[in-house]
Amino acid sequence: MNMIPDAVREFKPADYKSAVKPVWCPGCGDHSVLVSFQRAFAELGLPPEQIAIISGIGCSSRIPAYVNAYGFHGVHGRSLALASGLKVARPDLTVVVASGDGDGFSIGGNHFLHACRRNIDLTYIVMDNRIYGMTKGQPSPTTEPDWDTAIAPGGTGLSPFHPLVIALASGANFIARGFTGDVGGCAKLIIEAIRTPGFSFLQLLSPCVTFRPDQQKQWKSTVRTAVVPETDDPGRAARRLMTDDGFNVGVLYRGHREPYRPHPIADLDPARLEAEFEV
Amino acid sequence: MTQPRFAPSLSIVLTGSGGAGVMTAGQTLLDAATSCGLYGLMTRSTGPQIRGGEAAAMIRLSSRPVQCPGDRFDILLALDFDNVQRFAAELPLDAGSLIIADSGAGDLPDFLKASQAATAWLPMAKLAKSVKGGRVSMVALGALARLIGLPESSIVEAVAASIGRKKPEAVASSEQAVLLGAANAPEAKAPQLSLSGAAPGARWSITGNEATGFGAIRGGVKFVGGYPITPATEILEWMAHTLPQCGGVLMQAEDELASINMVIGASFGGAPALTATAGPGLSLMIESLGLAVASETPVVVVDVMRSGPSTGIATKSEQSDLNIAVYGLHGDAPHVVTAPLSISDCLLTAQWSVHLAETLQTPVIMLSDQSIGQARAVIDKPPNLSFGTQRLTMGANAENYARYALTESGVSPMAIPGAPGGQYTADGLTHNQKGTPSSQAQDHIGQLDKRQGKLDRFDFSAHWADIEGEGELAIITWGSSAEPLREAVEAARTEGIGVKLIALRLIAPAQPELLAAALAGAKRVVIVEQSHSGQFWRYLRAHYDLPADIVPIARPGPLPIRPGEALEYIRKAARS
Ligand SMILES: Cc1ncc(C[n+]2csc(CCOP(=O)(O)OP(=O)(O)O)c2C)c(N)n1
Ligand code: SF4
Ligand SMILES: [Mg+2]
Repeated sequence: MNMIPDAVREFKPADYKSAVKPVWCPGCGDHSVLVSFQRAFAELGLPPEQIAIISGIGCSSRIPAYVNAYGFHGVHGRSLALASGLKVARPDLTVVVASGDGDGFSIGGNHFLHACRRNIDLTYIVMDNRIYGMTKGQPSPTTEPDWDTAIAPGGTGLSPFHPLVIALASGANFIARGFTGDVGGCAKLIIEAIRTPGFSFLQLLSPCVTFRPDQQKQWKSTVRTAVVPETDDPGRAARRLMTDDGFNVGVLYRGHREPYRPHPIADLDPARLEAEFEV
Repeated sequence: MTQPRFAPSLSIVLTGSGGAGVMTAGQTLLDAATSCGLYGLMTRSTGPQIRGGEAAAMIRLSSRPVQCPGDRFDILLALDFDNVQRFAAELPLDAGSLIIADSGAGDLPDFLKASQAATAWLPMAKLAKSVKGGRVSMVALGALARLIGLPESSIVEAVAASIGRKKPEAVASSEQAVLLGAANAPEAKAPQLSLSGAAPGARWSITGNEATGFGAIRGGVKFVGGYPITPATEILEWMAHTLPQCGGVLMQAEDELASINMVIGASFGGAPALTATAGPGLSLMIESLGLAVASETPVVVVDVMRSGPSTGIATKSEQSDLNIAVYGLHGDAPHVVTAPLSISDCLLTAQWSVHLAETLQTPVIMLSDQSIGQARAVIDKPPNLSFGTQRLTMGANAENYARYALTESGVSPMAIPGAPGGQYTADGLTHNQKGTPSSQAQDHIGQLDKRQGKLDRFDFSAHWADIEGEGELAIITWGSSAEPLREAVEAARTEGIGVKLIALRLIAPAQPELLAAALAGAKRVVIVEQSHSGQFWRYLRAHYDLPADIVPIARPGPLPIRPGEALEYIRKAARS
């Protein structure tokens, strides 16, 4: 056990490496997310025991076990709810939520809206590969309409969901996008997201080399650092997010909303409540 | 048929349309009787309208504790007859009953005529008009008090206490209306309230839902997440203002999928956590309850049952969520299911449920129901129990910590985030002792054995059931059906029928040895429950060795099982 006081504890990325070996395919973008987590935590100097990584189900959601921190790998789509309960009960912890585009935007879509609206001090990282990786290649809410799959031959014909626009409209306080081809860039965004109070939403474009073999190369040649600097004006942010092609990376919006922090008022002995019932 | 000898009590129902003030008047009557040293029970019934609409306040008063409705109403006090026929099935009246009604209310509705109850008419509305700010319900209460022998002063004081001394005019006009009603009470032979034997004492006036909330707080709950649903909302509303005073927080979730996960998250963080819901919400929580089982996260889910399936009758009781509570989870998912045996018992059962969840690191589903959750009883002040609840957590110097270590008790120390050296990932995936995901047979079986074993090895004997009486005839029941049976068993005893009543507070895990011991000497067993398909009976048959001679009695809601009905079951079983 580490008995050195936090003030003099220094952390290296390797301190956040767990003994569990990832199940991900070689080349999967999620490996890079793991590395950027470790770099970000080291740079923030967070003691591993003060971090909790909460996830749902999917390839991306396997990440907590690979980090030396507390973690909860829960059920499909409910990570934000679990993390919200944890953060409200334990405001002292740094709570990071990890999810996929299916986990976060489809089955967990309602929790996404309400987590943005509540603005609890959480960092929500969605590893978006525009596919259901774990269940072997079905379309997700961010999949292109013409992407051919066994369950939707010829494509879904549906226009994709705009998670960043929805986050903004629902009240998220920090909105950013990164690409796992740039680990250092992702680490920086994670640091910013954690440092910004309130609900921070970070979409990481994380290619699925197995079910979207074209993604890695295509995205690498398409992503660009957003030319417009970050804004705190929701109106401007809305315009830029609505017109964005999904490949501008960087911090796109940072607001000033107060985080939601319900807290106890007093710590009375429950016996004091008896008066309510006495006749 | 001889009249059953139940504890003497007086049952009164106040009916009227929306805005007539029936519920407030009912509460006032209960308060007034309480101040005279009586015990009482008040249940409410309303029409389908969201707001307003007809309402019935049903009150039972006695010099002894009463926690379930009686067999019949001695008095029906009708402020008007609007839609009163909707309550016909809920209002057993007979030739011995008295109907007090407003002279301007029109003809007696058919079901009331058919009851052959005596009628007394009083121009309540007219009298109320003669007092500035006078309310019909206060005139009615005045007349009622005079007729049954309740001091009018007790009504006046109860009104004053509820209105508050800050509104002297309102208090004065209420007093005037009460006294006017009393002075004009109709000539009628009314059943009398027996005040002899009534003795003031340390009493509480509490609903089952409040008692559940308070039991949870006593048990140490620090986090509640919930989504509104009838008839459980009052637990959340009561805790919303009390829990933050006692070091906790309550959050309204976006749905029950969220509320169960919020409580799992809070509990993972070390805060004893609870959610309250009804059948539809429990259905949504089921997947995540399996997660709590697999990840060994303590949580309490209170299901205040209502008539199902689907939306069913949201405002009426039934004991029909037993199957989903016991069997709803997929996979082999041992957990605990408890049930309070009365309004006051919600206090103990909720506190015990928190204790079991925390001690066993498992979800506990507590099956309360509408009939006890939303009813108010005046009870003797309950003792302040302590179970010494403490979660087994990782010690300070844990070397090579393994969250799901196989231990003798099956319970393993839980590391709470913040504790250095305890870092692990709680997981719904099958895992090894460290918590690492595994698809190995030995890990799967090892952890299944661990989770089953911790329940098998736990001693539930202190509170698993309430057992009373002796006899070759035994009754097994559970939850809210216990209270009418208690009264029936007592009445049967005065008829010379010896009956042993076994009321289960612990539904799962089953306790075959404890029940076998309790059933020693029983030749015939009657199983009583409020479900259509006999869920409890089938559950007992599956998990217990029962004598061959079994009489299953299952009937659905929404009408309550009354003591007389329960006594009939006993008489019949004793005869044949
Ligand atoms: C209730 C439920 N429904 C369905 C599944 C099956 N399932 C597992 S992961 C997944 C989709 C994951 O997609 P995504 O969140 O995009 O993660 P990825 O694997 O792409 O990282 C589905 C449908 C499940 N585990 N639980
Ligand atoms: S299937 Fe796709 S998302 Fe899943 S691990 Fe493999 S590459 Fe990554
Ligand atoms: Mg995906």
